[in-house]
Amino acid sequence: MIGGLFIYNHKGEVLISRVYRDDIGRNAVDAFRVNVIHARQQVRSPVTNIARTSFFHVKRSNIWLAAVTKQNVNATMVFEFLYKMCDVMSAYFGKISEENVKNNFVLIYELLDEILDFGYPQNSETGALKTFITQQGIKSQHHSKEEQSQITSQVTGQIGWRREGIKYRRNELFLDVLESVNLLMSPQGQVLSAHVSGRVVMKSYLSGMPECKFGMNDKIVIDKQGKGGSSEDGAKSGKQSIAIDDCTFHQCVRLSKFDSERSISFIPPDGDYELMRYRTTKDIILPFRVIPLVREVGRTKLEVKVVIKSNFKSSLLAQKIEVRIPTPLNTSGVQLICMKGKAKYKASENAIVWKVKRMAGMKESQISAEIELLPNDKKKWARPPISMNFEVPFAPSGLKVRYLKVFEPKLNYSDHDVIKWVRYIGRSGIYETRC
Amino acid sequence: MTDSKYFTTTKKGEIFELKAELNSDKKEKKKEAVKKVIASMTVGKDVSALFPDVVNCMQTDNLELKKLVYLYLMNYAKSQPDMAIMAVNTFVKDCEDPNPLIRALAVRTMGCIRVDKITEYLCEPLRKCLKDEDPYVRKTAAVCVAKLHDINAQLVEDQGFLDTLKDLISDSNPMVVANAVAALSEIAESHPNSNLLDLNPQTINKLLTALNECTEWGQIFILDCLANYTPRDDRESQSICERVTPRLSHANSAVVLSAVKVLMKFMEMLPKDLDYYGTLLKKLAPPLVTLLSAEPELQYVALRNINLIVQRRPEILKHEMKVFFVKYNDPIYVKLEKLDIMIRLASQANIAQVLAELKEYATEVDVDFVRKAVRAIGRCAIKVEQSAERCVSTLLDLIQTKVNYVVQEAIVVIKDIFRKYPNKYESVIATLCENLDSLDEPEARAAMIWIVGEYAERIDNADELLESFLEGFHDESTQVQLQLLTAIVKLFLKKPTETQELVQQVLSLATQDSDNPDLRDRGYIYWRLLSTDPVAAKEVVLAEKPLISEETDLIEPTLLEELICHIGTLASVYHKPPSAFVEGSRGVQHKRLAGSSGSGESVESPDTGSAAGVSEAPPAVIPSQGDLLGDLLNLDLTPTTTGPPPPASTGMQMGAMDLLGGGLDSLMGDESEPPPIPLRTDTPQSPQLPHQSPSPPDYSPTELGGDLGGSPAMGAPFGAPPATMPASFNAPVSGGLDDLFDLAGGVGMPMGAYNPPKTLWLPAMKAKGLEISGTFVRRAGVIQMEMTLNNKAMSVMSDFAIQFNRNSFGLAPAGPLQILTPLSPNQSIEAALPLSTVGPVMKMEPLNNLQVAVKNNIDVFYFSCQYPISMLFVEDGKMERQVFLATWKDIPNDNESQFQIKDCHLNSDAASNKLQGSNIFTIAKRTVEGQDMLYQSMKLTNGIWVLAELRVQMGNPNYTISLKCRAPEVSQCVFQNYEMVLKN
Repeated sequence: MIGGLFIYNHKGEVLISRVYRDDIGRNAVDAFRVNVIHARQQVRSPVTNIARTSFFHVKRSNIWLAAVTKQNVNATMVFEFLYKMCDVMSAYFGKISEENVKNNFVLIYELLDEILDFGYPQNSETGALKTFITQQGIKSQHHSKEEQSQITSQVTGQIGWRREGIKYRRNELFLDVLESVNLLMSPQGQVLSAHVSGRVVMKSYLSGMPECKFGMNDKIVIDKQGKGGSSEDGAKSGKQSIAIDDCTFHQCVRLSKFDSERSISFIPPDGDYELMRYRTTKDIILPFRVIPLVREVGRTKLEVKVVIKSNFKSSLLAQKIEVRIPTPLNTSGVQLICMKGKAKYKASENAIVWKVKRMAGMKESQISAEIELLPNDKKKWARPPISMNFEVPFAPSGLKVRYLKVFEPKLNYSDHDVIKWVRYIGRSGIYETRC
Repeated sequence: MTDSKYFTTTKKGEIFELKAELNSDKKEKKKEAVKKVIASMTVGKDVSALFPDVVNCMQTDNLELKKLVYLYLMNYAKSQPDMAIMAVNTFVKDCEDPNPLIRALAVRTMGCIRVDKITEYLCEPLRKCLKDEDPYVRKTAAVCVAKLHDINAQLVEDQGFLDTLKDLISDSNPMVVANAVAALSEIAESHPNSNLLDLNPQTINKLLTALNECTEWGQIFILDCLANYTPRDDRESQSICERVTPRLSHANSAVVLSAVKVLMKFMEMLPKDLDYYGTLLKKLAPPLVTLLSAEPELQYVALRNINLIVQRRPEILKHEMKVFFVKYNDPIYVKLEKLDIMIRLASQANIAQVLAELKEYATEVDVDFVRKAVRAIGRCAIKVEQSAERCVSTLLDLIQTKVNYVVQEAIVVIKDIFRKYPNKYESVIATLCENLDSLDEPEARAAMIWIVGEYAERIDNADELLESFLEGFHDESTQVQLQLLTAIVKLFLKKPTETQELVQQVLSLATQDSDNPDLRDRGYIYWRLLSTDPVAAKEVVLAEKPLISEETDLIEPTLLEELICHIGTLASVYHKPPSAFVEGSRGVQHKRLAGSSGSGESVESPDTGSAAGVSEAPPAVIPSQGDLLGDLLNLDLTPTTTGPPPPASTGMQMGAMDLLGGGLDSLMGDESEPPPIPLRTDTPQSPQLPHQSPSPPDYSPTELGGDLGGSPAMGAPFGAPPATMPASFNAPVSGGLDDLFDLAGGVGMPMGAYNPPKTLWLPAMKAKGLEISGTFVRRAGVIQMEMTLNNKAMSVMSDFAIQFNRNSFGLAPAGPLQILTPLSPNQSIEAALPLSTVGPVMKMEPLNNLQVAVKNNIDVFYFSCQYPISMLFVEDGKMERQVFLATWKDIPNDNESQFQIKDCHLNSDAASNKLQGSNIFTIAKRTVEGQDMLYQSMKLTNGIWVLAELRVQMGNPNYTISLKCRAPEVSQCVFQNYEMVLKN
């Protein structure tokens, strides 16, 4: 198990050092600094073995977090724990910076004592931790007996992520479907690879211990329901449903229920959390199509024309559109003409950057560039792909939220009383077209 | 929110100031002070001096302050065990506190204080806490049992805590169950044979129930534990799998990978024709792909694991090639791993896509990545025959880029392609030859030379090309030299008329001017072959070579099986069994897959690793550590002295050679009766020698053997060695290690121990006229302190007594100082004081320092002296040579220290004799290139072994000594002792 946990600043000075196991000595602190932080060559693996001691590290801005062990630990768990540790710290004091770590070192030690026992991670849900690890040490003394047992049962219980007795005057739910769409397209417009990785992010402000049920247009569910219906129905629903390759859930979701019935039911944590992640590869709506045309005019000139076509409902607006057209290293000058937005040649980045603030669906726009080249370069230009960034107000995977029901049998509010907000945002991931 | 001020120090008088603040009456001030102490502790300052003051703050109702004090206690209790006892009462009291959080805090902290006396007090509170009504306390107590076991395993067993812990598996609270499982698993690891984790269908059922309810971390503990279970039959196996598969949708990657581990293991039990088997296979792919969208560090771990999974069950991911395509902004460690998996998944169906990708990668910036990409293209060619042609043309394109490292890498892989598809792509040779001058890496040069030699008959100027390499022959690396030798011999056999001079030149370079035994050996073999039977030579050297296999860097199957059982853990990241990187006896259990098919006999074969780890048997495959002993085990052993020379040699007469003509004659001299040449058998491989070291993805080992190793004539005796043959070649190459170690006994008669002369310890001026000089001797296993006491005062001295301060090795007078008669003025007396080594121990600086108090009728006098550490070398300090080897390997390289002994004019045997007098035993000796290496061991009275390698170069008065010891602090003393013994 984890033998020790150290936090360093960018200079390699220790800010936090907590040793859990006897086999980790003080020299481990220095070994990591010397061999990783101060290493002449950038370290090429997040796991480093120095003198039979293994170091796992992650970096958050300038801060290094390192977990140390001499045993054959579960490496995946160690990294998951380090991320979790970052989340917990952020939830307590915001950005993980040297200043914040130093200012909160007593709190961090208290947290480390609580969430890692003898190197075994314990309950690390901020919701639960905040009930008894507070920055006012005295307060925790004055819990009544019921309060105390409530805390301990929550920390160890089945619903470790939520405390009881939460009350809101207005019960509200915010649901964001955030997708990033990735594409690699050949110059001829053939899709080489495309996938969407999506997240369902929620903010819930609900009283009591509500039971929630989330439904979407998952093909498997729709097909199941469509069984016995007419074939026409099937075809109709088939269009609206999507095939999800894989999904993972927050620990509040009952996985066995999902496995058997494919229904997503859970008691939500309070506040922000990520309910699920998913990935789809079939029938993706590609919001933009990039059509490149590159012509070499002699040895010193290149003509580039790029057309972008928006491929979604004309009532919707895409935003923050940016097209990057790479230019050869021996470019000496560029002349640009674009129909919309602003374009600039950035010599330091070897690219033409074309920005368009907004663009409605079913439109097209184009840019043409004349690139002058220095003749002396022998090497052939590798022609890196044209990449694109954008944001659209729909889910490129086609995912639709069908329902999100809330049941709280003990308190007197019903599903109808909950105010729900749903939002879809599609962003470009790595969206490239070879030219 | 300004706690950061505690990190700024006030330097002078800080401790003093803190002391005052800690004892302040004001609560706030106290708390501030403790915070300062903790901040200082964090940055590595020693604040142990404040121990009593900090502990005094422990009794407080401020929980935050209490936790800080506890943190301090955990850090310093070990160094201040007596004072730590002061804290016990508070702990015991806190364990009874009505607040469960405080009860748990107390038991959690107590377990972290590794002081024996505290441990005793811990038992009762722990027993109560294990049965506490509050689950929070129980789950903390469960982990505490593991802590206690780490400190004192016997105590845990005696107190019956293990049974209580087992009961907790049936606890109603899922987190208690999870922690109990974690604790039991850890304890079970150190008792491989105990049936501690008595996994039976009932307990498994409990675990599976808890799995659905506990925290993400708890799920990991349970899944990792489940993976050690062996289901009784395929039905049970399937039902467990069914209950584990929902975990594949967990957001925590560790839960997912641990579930994958369980499934991969239990799948072995399922019959392949079962429908469920197919379903399961299909279910495994999506979660593995999803892991690749996690954070980069997790991706890295996932990819290392997928690499294993793909080797074991390629069918799972065979359609998922695209997800392993490298993204522009992937960190380099992710890119390199993806590349590896791409090649593993490459098949005829997807090769076009893969090649297109690889070609893109070969134009990236990162040198390592580009090299690997180029190499990957070659591997694709070898793996997918249909693509070979396309791969070769891609490689040629890349060579045209003239990027130096790309060209070199491409040539290395083209050589491999030639070895897989001989006589198919020779058309490219011309292009390759154009780049000859730009090759500066040995591997690329060797590859190019191999190609030229292999296709010599088709390259018009092959002789010129090879000759150009010959100029700087001695500056080349061995790899290139060997290759050049072979290539020129091939050339000669193909074009004998024009290349005689060349071949003679290279043979003489290899045999006479080189001191590399491998090169010499190979040179002689060729020489003899050519001179005896050119026809045979042709058959041997130009024999058809076996084609290289498709998959070149597959992990050896038993290791792969073991690694599959360790999915998700460090072992799967390093691709090494845990025993290769975990110290001591822990984790040396070898896990095997228990399959319905295949070779699985038993699930676990625990190793008999003794506590010292000395006899820890290495697993079938260990990574080559490249340390000294590794070298010792290698093939190029050339022991010099005795050892029966095997009868061999059919003396070939010089006249028999007609092929090489007179030129060779003159080279060989006139000797007609050549000395016998030993029969070379394969050097016996010690069992410790890795059967297959995880070789880098190149084929150099096979390459070297490609021409020579496989030839049947190898073992046959050859005749006619030239007169100038170096001595070492005459010695038997066979026998290897065993012979080497047989020398140990014959090192010669030991001389007596060296005893340093007496030195002045206590001058008369400092001791009111008493002068003491003395020395230490070891006779027949007894250490004596020999002293001359001289009375330089005016009065008679009497009533002598002596006492030692605590010291590093527990030296203490074994009896009273025997000076019976009073000492008159100007009289001196000799006294010998026998010493024991069972006195109290305290580490001294320097280690061999001894503080002595001598009392007489006048006063008490103190002095300190240093004893030679050889006094402590016991007579049975001669280690078994096998144990020596194992121990040398086992001690981490960090513990090795090297020293120079200057101006010593002994030869190695004399040195060895001298040292043996001081109980430094020579276990083995070997000679390499005129340098004698002595392997020696000694054992201290307190059982510490010190291993040494002494290097003595003929004619060089400077010795080099490397010392390895588990307690490296003794090295300096031992070195000084060596110096002293050898120079006197």
